[in-house]
Amino acid sequence: MLFNLLSFLKRNTFLIALLLLVSPFMQADWFALNMTRGSTDISNEVFELHMLIFWICVAIGVIVFSVMFYSMWAHTKKKNPVPARFHENHKLEIAWTIIPFLILIAMAVPASKTLVKIYDDEAGDINIQVTGYQWKWQYRYLEDDVSFFSNLSTDLDEIYNLVPKGENYLQEVDEMVVIPAGKKVRFLITANDVIHSWWLPAFAIKQDAIPGFVNTAWTIVDEPGIYRGKCTELCGKNHGFMPIVVKVVEQAEYDEWVFAKKQEAIKLAELTTKEWTAAELVERGESIYEVNCVACHQTSGQGISGIFPALAGSDIVMNNKDRNIEILMEGVQGAAMNSFSYLSEVELAAVITYTRQSWGNAEKGDGEIVIPKDIVDYKEPKI
Amino acid sequence: MSAVIENHHDDHDHGPAKGITRWLYTTNHKDIGTLYLWFSFAMFLIGGAMAMIIRAELFQPGMQIVEPEFYNQMITLHGLIMIFGGVMPAFVGLANWLVPMMIGAPDMALPRMNNLSFWILPFAFFILLSSLFMEGGAPNFGWTFYAPLSTTYAPPSVTFFIFSVHIMGASSIMGAINVVVTIMNMRAPGVTLMKMPLFVWSWLITAYLLIAVMPVLAGAVTMMLMDIHFGTSFFNAAGGGDPVLFQHIFWFFGHPEVYIMILPAFGIVSHIIETFSRKQLFGYSSMVWAMLSIAILSFVVWAHHMFTVGLPLAAEIFFMWATMLIAVPTGVKVFNWVATMFRGSLTFETPMLFAVAFVVLFTIGGLSGLMLAIVPADFQYHDTYFVVAHFHYVLVPGAIFSIMAAVYYWIPKWSGNMYDERLGKLHFWLSFIGVNVTFFPQHFIGLAGMPRRYPDYALIFADWNMVSSIGAFLFGFSQLLFLFIVIKTVMGGKKATDQVWEGAKGLEWTVASPAPYHTFSTPPKVD
Ligand code: HEM
Ligand SMILES: [Cu+2]
Repeated sequence: MLFNLLSFLKRNTFLIALLLLVSPFMQADWFALNMTRGSTDISNEVFELHMLIFWICVAIGVIVFSVMFYSMWAHTKKKNPVPARFHENHKLEIAWTIIPFLILIAMAVPASKTLVKIYDDEAGDINIQVTGYQWKWQYRYLEDDVSFFSNLSTDLDEIYNLVPKGENYLQEVDEMVVIPAGKKVRFLITANDVIHSWWLPAFAIKQDAIPGFVNTAWTIVDEPGIYRGKCTELCGKNHGFMPIVVKVVEQAEYDEWVFAKKQEAIKLAELTTKEWTAAELVERGESIYEVNCVACHQTSGQGISGIFPALAGSDIVMNNKDRNIEILMEGVQGAAMNSFSYLSEVELAAVITYTRQSWGNAEKGDGEIVIPKDIVDYKEPKI
Repeated sequence: MSAVIENHHDDHDHGPAKGITRWLYTTNHKDIGTLYLWFSFAMFLIGGAMAMIIRAELFQPGMQIVEPEFYNQMITLHGLIMIFGGVMPAFVGLANWLVPMMIGAPDMALPRMNNLSFWILPFAFFILLSSLFMEGGAPNFGWTFYAPLSTTYAPPSVTFFIFSVHIMGASSIMGAINVVVTIMNMRAPGVTLMKMPLFVWSWLITAYLLIAVMPVLAGAVTMMLMDIHFGTSFFNAAGGGDPVLFQHIFWFFGHPEVYIMILPAFGIVSHIIETFSRKQLFGYSSMVWAMLSIAILSFVVWAHHMFTVGLPLAAEIFFMWATMLIAVPTGVKVFNWVATMFRGSLTFETPMLFAVAFVVLFTIGGLSGLMLAIVPADFQYHDTYFVVAHFHYVLVPGAIFSIMAAVYYWIPKWSGNMYDERLGKLHFWLSFIGVNVTFFPQHFIGLAGMPRRYPDYALIFADWNMVSSIGAFLFGFSQLLFLFIVIKTVMGGKKATDQVWEGAKGLEWTVASPAPYHTFSTPPKVD
């Protein structure tokens, strides 16, 4: 008995070693293995198409490999010392050219049909312009004049393993795109700097966001809920850190949301005329800096040597208020520094003031602050 | 093909020069072949080390080992080094060693250019690697270097990258011209086109592809250079340029490029399967036609890499159908290999193991390619790990397994010694398991939604990424065994016979082992 066991172990050491090696993975996540069906008609069709071609490919593989494995087993030199002499067979060769061709047509026809549906270019009930930035998304609701940025909200401490990772690690944002259920929503996708790609698997939408181009994609989602997606075109350092989250709600809730967003915009406009102190601006500017500037210029204001210049100790930031505003409004030609003119006057004034007051800049430089009115003045047409 | 060799030992037959000058000044196709092969091996190890860094970072979610910025530099250099430094020079090395011997020529047609095309390569890669130490770091925009990430937004080292790509291109073009001229002019009497060994055929076609598309790559990087330094706006939308134009140009080079990396493999595998099946290759002429049609079709499918850039419907449909069409000749090749083995008299020495694994795993890569060609489905697959799995299946157990198979198959002829069969088999099994454990799960990670070129990922992808990393370490470290086996064989071992393998046919097996420094100074007679 024991002897039997030992000899079994000996005969199968390789197999057993392999099993031991893979056993920790037996509990691995078996559900994360396939495409999602998604939640729109199109995404369901795409899923069916995917499964169809998948099984066709499996079938082809099984047929080809079984012939091959059979021959590897049956036609070894031991079992078949004298090889056959055939080296062509026209009928067979014609068959294995024509049959795959027919299979391909069987795959390509339904694929083309689905594609035609996806390319439907009627206008949507709601049109949202999606703009990719390094490294965040901007959403503008064209009918409603609502516009905001959506940034990764996962804490850096989670990314750097200092605290446990949350359930939606890297899949959560500070502000979701909200769309109504059952309505045709059209996305107009573009980019401000480099190419990004807006992917929402549950809607089967993946469209590149390309500077100078507007691509479109549409969807109708019936089921309210939260859907998560990602950027899928390498766009620089934080490519992996600019997720997409769409919240689908009933029409009534959507209307409320739009109303609230508009109120917010009005409040922001009022802020422009308010009297600001340096401390207030710095406080407000810090959070804007963290969202918009940290990726390149770093929390320390030191930048990254060779690519992103330091703001701490920068002459422009310390002593040249006008040029400082100009750079933020216009960007720097030929460099990664883009225009931030899409930020509000308050936000711009706050973030500029923050950089002029931090890292010892105020002490070493002129220490002047920038108020929203300075930005408004800059925007006035110059004669 | 049968050959009659006059064995002559001419007195004036001189051997190699002594010392380092032998390698610096050599115009001998065998020496240059050896240089290319060792160079590509070194690049394979460097590119492999970078892959280890990538997989170590991806071992767990969160950032542990490198920063995202450096991660991007690693994926970029890994891709560039493996393609331009690993696979392509290895095939050129094999062409150098084998093409003249297979067609009964004394050497390559343009021996001095041959020397030059090798010796500029180390400089190209020295420049590329030195960018790691420059301010702003190495290129970080992926091996596909899409503008404007690689122009307006690139680190300063991009200029060195451009220069390096130019040198690699010059080297490839010279190498390719040499192959074409050699094959067209130097075949021994009786070696007609349709009697040429398939490896020669595969290289003839590859060489034409290289000559056609390397200048396109050079054009692309030159336009980048102009955009960066001379104020043009080819790819800069703000200046009226077109970022998508870059992708069209790149992939017009890029898709034929992937066939440049697989056609020679087709040739190699055909020889090895024929030898170890002890049976004539099934469908020789259909093999040639299949390669020709693949090569021609490869010029009209480039936009299948760009299905999501917003092409018009008609273009999407055209490129989908054209891409799927490539599966037909590819299928023919696979069926021919299987039919060659069928009712043969098979043995499974190391080269055959690699060749059989090639057929199976390359086919899996071809099938996933077919899935990728389906545009609506590609909207879900594109730029995910599914694509990573696809091209690694065709490149690692595809191109690279074929190169390893070739080394085991011909090294007795090159060195005069047999490799250690037990170690060879061990190397095969470790590589085979490693490659599948690494890349098979990546299909599923991709389908489940993990994008490529991500240094960090959501928690649901954690388990399979860990499996994949373990496979990668296994595969990576097994290659040190390969290095050991090759060195051991070069140093000594059982003496090889002239024919080496029982079923081997072709002119290279008619000369002594190791092959004398000069072979076929008088053309052999072939009937
Ligand atoms: C039947 C044969 C094949 C078909 C139908 C096919 C199809 C495709 C398609 C459609 C893509 C684009 C996927 C995407 O980005 O969404 C792709 C990517 C790729 N394929 Fe293939 N392929 C085939 C064979 C090969 C071979 C033989 C090689 C190389 C030896 C290869 C190398 C690649 C590479 C390197 C990429 C990715 C490039 C990148 O984006 O970095 N493929 N293939
Ligand atoms: Cu391609």
